[in-house]
Amino acid sequence: MGRIQQAFRGALLMDFWSAFGLGMRYFFAKKATLNYPFEKGPLSPRFRGQHALRRYPNGEERCIACKLCEAICPAQAITIEAEPRSDGSRRTTRYDIDMTKCIYCGYCEEACPVDAIVEGPNFEFAAETREELFYDKAKLLENGDRWEREIAKNLELDAPYR
Amino acid sequence: MTDFIEQFGVWGGLGMSLLQILAFAVVLLISLAFLLLMDRKVWAAVQMRKGPNVVGAFGLLQSFADFFKFVFKEVVIPAGADRSLYLLAPLITLILAFVTWAVVPAAPGWVIADLNVGILYLFAMSSLGVYGIIIGGWASNSKYPFLGALRSAAQMVSYEVSIGFIIVTVLLFAGSMNLSDITEMQAGGFWNWNVLSFHAWPMPMFLVMIPMAVIFFISALAETNRPPFDLPEAESELVAGYQVEYSSTPYLLFMVGEYLNIVLMCAMTSILFFGGWNDPFGLDVSDWPYMASHAWYFFWFSAKIVFFFFMFAMVKALVPRYRYDQLMRLGWKIFLPISLAAVALVGAAVVYGPQG
Repeated sequence: MGRIQQAFRGALLMDFWSAFGLGMRYFFAKKATLNYPFEKGPLSPRFRGQHALRRYPNGEERCIACKLCEAICPAQAITIEAEPRSDGSRRTTRYDIDMTKCIYCGYCEEACPVDAIVEGPNFEFAAETREELFYDKAKLLENGDRWEREIAKNLELDAPYR
Repeated sequence: MTDFIEQFGVWGGLGMSLLQILAFAVVLLISLAFLLLMDRKVWAAVQMRKGPNVVGAFGLLQSFADFFKFVFKEVVIPAGADRSLYLLAPLITLILAFVTWAVVPAAPGWVIADLNVGILYLFAMSSLGVYGIIIGGWASNSKYPFLGALRSAAQMVSYEVSIGFIIVTVLLFAGSMNLSDITEMQAGGFWNWNVLSFHAWPMPMFLVMIPMAVIFFISALAETNRPPFDLPEAESELVAGYQVEYSSTPYLLFMVGEYLNIVLMCAMTSILFFGGWNDPFGLDVSDWPYMASHAWYFFWFSAKIVFFFFMFAMVKALVPRYRYDQLMRLGWKIFLPISLAAVALVGAAVVYGPQG
């Protein structure tokens, strides 16, 4: 009986017609496509994107060269050298992140006692050469200046859960 | 062409024929570009995507962009390949696909070669099409293309048999192998189309011809290596089958040839079973002005092609690939006996029916 029924269904192309109906339902369904460069999906405040070094509102850089981020970085992407500045405060002379090594785990951000190094919401920093992805201190501070408003907002939104 | 030679002399006639062929080919290629886009848009829609929508409005120029991409790329010829055969294969596919279109009537009189053996010619040319694939697979001197070519040879030969018998059923009704005659005989409303066959009333031939139309459509899928019978180029098994080693313009030629064949099969389905250029209401437009009536005919012919092309695309979007033994079983054990029986039934209907 099963075989006869199956042959009958096959002869009438029942499987195809039910699939066709389903296909036509999807055909007219709302499309899931995001028109990417023009439309963007929502990002969590915790999103871990491009790194940035932040400053205090008075313009002083936050980083105190404690090297906790360098120590915790599992990919060893961060290199820091430090010296006392002329006013006697400890500051970095070199703060490099190799973005080609970075695995975007966010440990540097977690380790930082002064919220200096953060991973901002920017994920569109593709470059044409490797060299452009070896970020130095100037580049990271520039990122911080450019994204400060959004970074501060995200930190504030995420603060209750920390 | 003989009409042209009588009308304009030898050189004028040849020139007119060339112009006619050129017009036909240009219209065909441009509509092919948009059909290709439609193919991609249909799959995209079924998968809830938007499909190509960047090049031109709604992505309408996508196929042209792809064309330029293919043409400007480097032709890579594998070191172990047979150079001449390797380059000949896509040409064979493309030329045969084009040449076949010569006998397809788009409207009354709108046909390049009004052959009396139109169907035989068409059948011969589409059978030769398998050579392009076999040569391409063999000349690449690589494993996957060779496997793809072997599969396609067996597949296309198997399904041509049942396609042949299905065409015979239509021929028995029409009593002619001329595609224009076959179309004209189905005039006067959709009930006279071969798929319903009320021209043979009181014989209930729709009981035979509806299954024949469906089997023809499925065999056409197998004949043009479309999913669910795309074993020669099965992506998940053979990467791209006989096209693996091809790049740039040769690949483009294979693609265009393949799609020309698909559109040809859509045209064949509409001519043989769905009335070709005839509209479904049986309207008499013979007293309309020439251009108006022919535009009307041409509209219905292209509308049917687009509809069947849509069905081709939907089948690709929906149906999973057949296994090789299932493919062979379907062709030899199911389609062949059914179409043989149909030939006998239609033959009986023609002999003992109203026409006999």
